[in-house]
Amino acid sequence: MSTFDFLKVRRLYIDYDNLDQELLNEVIREEPSFQWCISCGCCTATCSAGNHTTFNIRRISLILRRGEIEGLEEELKKCMLCGKCTLVCPRDIQLRNVVMNIKKIVLKKKTA
Amino acid sequence: MKKIAVIGGGIAGLEVSRLLLQEGLPVTLIEKGSRLGGNLRNYAHLFPDFTPSDEILGNYRFLPSNSDLQLLMNTQIESIDFSTQPYTLHSKDGIAIPADPLIIATGYQVFDAKLKEEFGYGIYDGVITSVELEKMIKQHHIVTPYGKIPRRIAFIHCVGSRDAKVGNSYCSRLCCITAIKQAIETKKLLPETEIFCFYIDLRMYGLTFEELYLNAQKEYNIQFVRGRLSETSEMIDKRLIIKAEDTLIGRPLQMKADMLVLMVGMEASDFSKQFAYHNGLEIGDHGFFQPLNQFNARSKSQKEGIFFAGTSIGPMSVAETIEHARAAALSAISYLKDKEY
Repeated sequence: MSTFDFLKVRRLYIDYDNLDQELLNEVIREEPSFQWCISCGCCTATCSAGNHTTFNIRRISLILRRGEIEGLEEELKKCMLCGKCTLVCPRDIQLRNVVMNIKKIVLKKKTA
Repeated sequence: MKKIAVIGGGIAGLEVSRLLLQEGLPVTLIEKGSRLGGNLRNYAHLFPDFTPSDEILGNYRFLPSNSDLQLLMNTQIESIDFSTQPYTLHSKDGIAIPADPLIIATGYQVFDAKLKEEFGYGIYDGVITSVELEKMIKQHHIVTPYGKIPRRIAFIHCVGSRDAKVGNSYCSRLCCITAIKQAIETKKLLPETEIFCFYIDLRMYGLTFEELYLNAQKEYNIQFVRGRLSETSEMIDKRLIIKAEDTLIGRPLQMKADMLVLMVGMEASDFSKQFAYHNGLEIGDHGFFQPLNQFNARSKSQKEGIFFAGTSIGPMSVAETIEHARAAALSAISYLKDKEY
């Protein structure tokens, strides 16, 4: 019935009362600096992957915070782990480590 | 013997001295440079209403001729001897100055933009600081280093502020409104020039600041982009390419510009930091002098008889500096009164 996918109603608003924050909490436990983002966008501007694909590293933080984690794993595959984001971040967030941790946690969940 | 000593001949030191002299108290004013007026001399006009800074400086015109004022120019204080009563200040040239009370008005310095290497200051000629632009505004002559009229200028907010990588994690507060003031002044001089402001958050904290921001949009067509500069590079024709993210759209942005203005923040002056370090005075996490508390003793230090005035305790506007200096003068006066009884 996949052809009728369009009939499925997708939430148009962020349902704040039913957020899936499990992944977020686990990432924060591993890399607390992830909480300090002010969304300045430096990371995205300098991002090697972001200049050639639609990858937006800044949005990863927001996506996790709002529990919109569908497709996140696929999105993170675009990251080249070059670490330029970590270099330019004015809040000294260890972004490269954040990406590594999300990947690790998602993988652990899959194999568990 | 003249006992009250004020270190620093910027507007904070001048205002403290003016008030104390007005109360009939003799003052020794010590300035390390050869001119009075401090950092305010670098600014042509002041936000939010474009008051010429000379008007403010003019208030202190007659101060040097006051017979109760002992003015020591080109005098750099190195140490305080706390064992004497009054305290004794020792200058580099070996002059000893009695100080009771002592008012520290050693001000600030602007962030050294060279430390943000990726922004290109000191590497590409088209990258200048807000202090350098202010000089051009004062001369009514804004040109690129190659003598051309800039057709597009980008103002970069938060340079050396809110930046853990350079050790200044605090907001310098005044750069946002200064950028808007300078953008308007630039547009008045160069109506054909496109102006963009790159900001993280626009902090229009003053009563009339928001009006100026609205005016910048309404009357001067100044564009605001929410995103912090990530890096600058230069083209063969010496124009600059800047990279940021337009965070509200959510996509990386590239822009060519003829000139980049870095809004450098205020930080504790090297002199203040060294002076504090060598004399056991307390400095806070951000390098500025640490007042007794942040509420009702912002001009008092932890040490008896030592007071702070102006930006030696943190970023302040001209108006705030003058008010803080008055508070310091009042604290010094009541300290002297308490001593008499």
